[in-house]
Amino acid sequence: MSSADARTAVGSARTRIEGPLKLTGAARYSMDNLPPGTLYAVLVGATVASGSVVTIDVAEAKAVAGVVSVLTGEDLPPLGPVLEFPGAPVKKPMEGDQIHFEGQAVAIVLAETLEAAEEARPLVSVAYAAEPVVLPGAGERQFLGAPDGDGTVWWPYGQPFARGDSAAALESAPVRFAASYVQPSRHHNPIETSGTLASWDGDRLTLWDSIQASMLLPPMFASVFGIDPADVHVIAPFTGGGFGCKGFWMHQLLAVAAAKAVGRPVKLHLRRGDQYNATGFQPLMTQRVELGADAEGHLQVYRHRVANITGMVETYLEAATEVKALYECPVIDTAQEIERVTVGMPSPMRCPNEGPGLWALESAINELAHEVGIDPLELRLRNYAEKDPLTGRPWSSKKLREAYAEGAELFGWHGRPRGGRRDGNWLIGTGMASAVGGTMRMPGTARVRLRSDGSVLIETDVQDIGTGLQTLLTQIAADEIGVPIDNIDVAWGDSALPTTGPIYGSSTMHTGSAVALACRELRRELAALSSLADPIEAVRAAGVEEVVGERTSQLPGGVEVDHDGGSTGFSMRTFGASFVEVAVDPMLGLVRLRRAVGSYSVGRIINPKTARSQMLGSFAWGWGKATMEASELDPTTARWLSKDLAGVHIPVNADIPGDITINFVDEYDHHASPIGAKGIGEFGSVGIDAAVAEAVFDAVGVRIRELPITPKRLLDALA
Amino acid sequence: MKRFTYDRPQLEGGAFSLLEQPEASVIAGGTELLNWMRLGIAEPDHLVDIARLPGWGEIALDGETLRIGALATLNKVGEHPLVDAHARALGEACLLAASAQLRNRATIGGNVLQRTRCVYFRAEAPLTWGCNKRQPGSGCAAIAGHSDDAAIFGWSESCAATHPSDPLVALACLDAEAELHSASGVRRLPVCDLHLSQVEAEAEGEDGATAENRLERGELIAAYLIPLRPASRSTYLKVRDRQSFAYSRVTAAASVELEDGVIGALRIALGSVAQRPWRLGRAEQALVGERLEEASLLAAIERDMEEARTLPGSDYKRRLARNAAIRAVMAAGA
Ligand SMILES: Cc1cc2nc3c(=O)[nH]c(=O)nc-3n(C[C@H](O)[C@H](O)[C@H](O)COP(=O)(O)OP(=O)(O)OC[C@H]3O[C@@H](n4cnc5c(N)ncnc54)[C@H](O)[C@@H]3O)c2cc1C
Ligand code: SF4
Repeated sequence: MSSADARTAVGSARTRIEGPLKLTGAARYSMDNLPPGTLYAVLVGATVASGSVVTIDVAEAKAVAGVVSVLTGEDLPPLGPVLEFPGAPVKKPMEGDQIHFEGQAVAIVLAETLEAAEEARPLVSVAYAAEPVVLPGAGERQFLGAPDGDGTVWWPYGQPFARGDSAAALESAPVRFAASYVQPSRHHNPIETSGTLASWDGDRLTLWDSIQASMLLPPMFASVFGIDPADVHVIAPFTGGGFGCKGFWMHQLLAVAAAKAVGRPVKLHLRRGDQYNATGFQPLMTQRVELGADAEGHLQVYRHRVANITGMVETYLEAATEVKALYECPVIDTAQEIERVTVGMPSPMRCPNEGPGLWALESAINELAHEVGIDPLELRLRNYAEKDPLTGRPWSSKKLREAYAEGAELFGWHGRPRGGRRDGNWLIGTGMASAVGGTMRMPGTARVRLRSDGSVLIETDVQDIGTGLQTLLTQIAADEIGVPIDNIDVAWGDSALPTTGPIYGSSTMHTGSAVALACRELRRELAALSSLADPIEAVRAAGVEEVVGERTSQLPGGVEVDHDGGSTGFSMRTFGASFVEVAVDPMLGLVRLRRAVGSYSVGRIINPKTARSQMLGSFAWGWGKATMEASELDPTTARWLSKDLAGVHIPVNADIPGDITINFVDEYDHHASPIGAKGIGEFGSVGIDAAVAEAVFDAVGVRIRELPITPKRLLDALA
Repeated sequence: MKRFTYDRPQLEGGAFSLLEQPEASVIAGGTELLNWMRLGIAEPDHLVDIARLPGWGEIALDGETLRIGALATLNKVGEHPLVDAHARALGEACLLAASAQLRNRATIGGNVLQRTRCVYFRAEAPLTWGCNKRQPGSGCAAIAGHSDDAAIFGWSESCAATHPSDPLVALACLDAEAELHSASGVRRLPVCDLHLSQVEAEAEGEDGATAENRLERGELIAAYLIPLRPASRSTYLKVRDRQSFAYSRVTAAASVELEDGVIGALRIALGSVAQRPWRLGRAEQALVGERLEEASLLAAIERDMEEARTLPGSDYKRRLARNAAIRAVMAAGA
């Protein structure tokens, strides 16, 4: 293959390079490791959600054969400061006697076998002074204002925004619409639960961790244990799903502290039930949207209020108001509150911010279209934002108009039958919603080696969480260097490799860009050594073992992170639209997905195959959110009713029809990244709930404003 | 983890003597028992695996009855031509249960002895809430709390749990009998009388929350006997949030004998509405001689629904159960 032919790798549908490893079981996940002498750890969780620990008696647990130690807070080594990371907890584990949520760790059992640790766990006898729990609806509400410098508001999202007098504008608007929308708490539920294996050698720490952001751990443990970050070695190539819950959490710190306390490697693999308390969840949220428009549906005012639950001491703001840049509107007024209840800390999950926010905004837009009497798509086009409505900045790239048009065409939106066509026992309805996503950019770093045998090795410390990123990196390198893609390999998942960004936000953007830049540097180096055009011939002619390029993709201003375009002068977001057809059985309260189209303007698509997989998978998550997924608290004890996948439903194959079309508008965003791409993530899940609720309304004429749309809610609404 | 002994007797007699050990438990497919052991619901000292008992998994015609061995797996029952021909509702119920993997292990004997899916009951030990079924006398958190899945028939203040089985509802609708074997012999019991509602248990002087069926200690279900009714057609309807691998909100099995559009005989059993399959006796009687029409079904079934008592979360089940019953009867007669 000549180098000219090779430049078609980006944009071609490639199969995942790590696929065979996973299919054959050869992929080594963190918890597959077992260094000699490893102890198994099990957490003992508080059985009350509020109160304090009076005594802990570990004698009986310690007597179990195989149990080596039972650690309480007093047994841990002294802990230095916990760094504040966005969306991560800050309160040190097992410090003090206060209990803030059910399942909060109060002790750790360490044993030679997992069975012994499990046997001893219930024998740790803890006496509590219980206090009343605080449930959603009864918690203290707190308005989170602008950053006040004391570090409590580290989340750049969800700040209040006000332009114009919303009260007056609502008063005078010819058409007004207002409604409240509720969505339940939901857990991430990756198939692999979180786990940490920690091993100390003097002041050097080795970690095997199920994580999607391994670069967080060296600075964190350097701070907490007073060691050099360079002495923290993180090995984390494969992670069995993350969805936002695999950043930094306290079980990781506990595993490391326990290993230090007992002087042996410690493996803490969270049980499914533990994960319900230990690694966050998307919080229960109530949103109120008020819209004012003229008689033709042009928005005059948009007001959005959001309240989400959070823990008693840990603060997480689910920034659902971050959807406010979707429509052109002169008067915008958004604000958020948190409500403190006795639950663990919530965290970002599967398209945070816009996912929740669009459930409310896009539902309200659909309802407004109905009030005004025009097609919901037409209403959206009438309010199309040609530039960022908040800042007035031009978009770095936006082809939402094309995404709407192509999606509508693929779906047959314009010719669709309306209002509950009958098919046997089913009534058919259609609905749509827009999607908008923020852009979170971080620097990425990669090293690329071209060897004299023609092989290429990309080195960067990313993880694999199932998105296909590694394959994309080979595609980028193939085109940038001009070598056949099969010559390219990737080394990843080890902190000895160049440190790069996390596998959330937009990892293709930062690490993919770094690979492109490193390749370009490599080509420059090569050009200095040889004038031959073919890179493989050039490296041979140069008579060197290898040529290396290493680069960091910097952000403007050298910042560590920028949001929605940062200081580029452009507003940077992703866009899309979903169209769904559902069938509703009004007698039995059932909703079924018949077919759907997702159409997206998300920058350049590096690999249509993995991109489609991401969108399809997240579409399924969206269907789950719309119709079945919920974690409920017991109204007396504030314990999650189900801490497993039996009592919490997520979609199965049978729920997802084959007829789902994913469409990407042809696009290249020159400003977003050196490779023209933006982040996709789980963008396919955004807006599905609102589209489904609209389709249900179209089918049977009732509006369900609280998710999920279950048989119970439908039958209650239809009664 | 608690230690236990494990035996796999080759003959019935061996099983019975092993079962005389204190705290002994039968294990068949183990799909339910192992979950109990994991969650702290059961802690047997001895497991007696009956999987090897010869002939206990067979499905065959025996005169005027279809005999289904207790060790037949749900997939085997669901895919068996004799079941399809004579007990369609049962085959459908089996194939709508659990997942393909589980159905390959789950036996139909163990299936009817699975316990409630009440989320409070299914929580991992230590329990932090009251559940009279788990800890007698501790109260019932479901009645005061999340009651969406609660029973609407036959429950008492002590417990409002439902029985979650699919096949059980079909067996009850088909008037099946259970053949019970023990060291002291063989007896037959109508499947409809195998389980107790909480109210029935209390009426018999038993504990409403923990007395769930009429099996004696050491007694095994060996088979189900289903009377052949060539003129009847049956079907099973399962209503659930997601389309596979989910327990039901409500289910309905119906068996209808029609002559020129007129109902000659009718049997309707509802599932997930009580701790036992719930036959709609009033409708079954009232509808004989009526034409098969939604309106007349509605009126008749409403009379059975008058007995329903709901909690705040379970009120929808009254309507859902009624509608499911109508739908199942219409489908069986279609
Ligand atoms: C995830 C999951 C989903 C499920 N979904 C469904 C569903 O949708 N619908 C449904 O109906 N079921 C469902 N089930 C239940 C499943 O069908 C039962 O667990 C199974 O049928 C039990 O049979 P088993 O042979 O595995 O019983 P075991 O687990 O071996 O035993 C269960 C109980 O029955 C006793 N027992 C077993 N055989 C006999 C016998 N012959 N005589 C006397 N006692 C006996 C045992 O002592 C024990 O008490 C589900 C189960 C799981 C785990
Ligand atoms: S309904 Fe029965 S099983 Fe459920 S909590 Fe109450 S007593 Fe326990």
